[in-house]
Amino acid sequence: MMSQQPDSEIHTAQLASGRRRTVQVRQAILSKNDRIAQRNRALFCARGILVVNVLSSPGSGKTALLVETLLALKGDLASAVIVGDLATDNDALRLRTSGAPVVQLNTGAMCHLEAGMIASALKVLPLDELGLLIIENVGNLVCPASYDLGEDLRIVLLSVTEGEDKPSKYPPMFQTADAVVITKMDLAPACGFNRRLAMEHVGKAAAKARIFETSSKTREGLDGWLEYLKEQQRGKCARHVGPS
Amino acid sequence: MESALNLAVEQAQEAGAVRIHSIRLRVGVLSGVVPDSLRFAFESLRANTPAEGASLEIEEIPALFWCHSCRLEYQVTNLMPKCPHCHAFSRELRAGRELEVVSLEIE
Repeated sequence: MMSQQPDSEIHTAQLASGRRRTVQVRQAILSKNDRIAQRNRALFCARGILVVNVLSSPGSGKTALLVETLLALKGDLASAVIVGDLATDNDALRLRTSGAPVVQLNTGAMCHLEAGMIASALKVLPLDELGLLIIENVGNLVCPASYDLGEDLRIVLLSVTEGEDKPSKYPPMFQTADAVVITKMDLAPACGFNRRLAMEHVGKAAAKARIFETSSKTREGLDGWLEYLKEQQRGKCARHVGPS
Repeated sequence: MESALNLAVEQAQEAGAVRIHSIRLRVGVLSGVVPDSLRFAFESLRANTPAEGASLEIEEIPALFWCHSCRLEYQVTNLMPKCPHCHAFSRELRAGRELEVVSLEIE
């Protein structure tokens, strides 16, 4: 490389004769993240761990849903959580009441989790014992959509209090969803939630997604959601063991 | 934008360049990235790098969906994947999530 050339005269000559040229790069800007995500994915596959990335706007009930999920799966499916927030370990403290191992990631000013952060968090989790790893992403309906973490499923939450048209306002996030969990159904009457309209918006933006209507408070609709996780985990295990 | 700039500088140095004159990006409308924000960030980040003074060209890629029933690809302008023929909503996105450095003009 020219910068390593010790002779400054030669360096200048090369500069003078240097012509503008175009080099083709054709590389994804997030290729570094994607490479790490693929490494994470391979590691999860080798161990048969189902990994779900849980995404939503702030305050739509991710932590409440996950606490109920962990409590219900206890003894049935060994689970752990990696949770991301800009600051505090409040969510980790809530999640730990379930008895499951929880790693809190503080992202500082960052609005999303990246694959490298997950790779670091894995070092402190008992991977050999796990069947399910839940990643509670930073509450944000924009940036986390762009970052693959190595997950199998993307679960996007929509609470009844935040407006039926969220999926239409944030299409990139909802289009990547494997499942949409509608939360806080117990508040639906109080806030005049229009179920038909919400389903219409979800159906348009997230046509391939399974839909669950839940309340973490009353436990309404949680059985279907839990069965979905178990079924997906069995599928992953079967793929891990391979056809016999 | 920082990742894009790092990637560009890395590639330029590998090609033995001392200066980057322009960086060409492809940005899908569903990539979650806004071209104006990229331009703004690029202007702040390029100082004291080989890309100082470089221009940023952004090629925007529209969202392209596939309709299974009509067996056709269609572009949308409002990000909602509605088929212009049968008005059904597509489950398959074929383009629009790109976020890549296409090429560099270097010296």
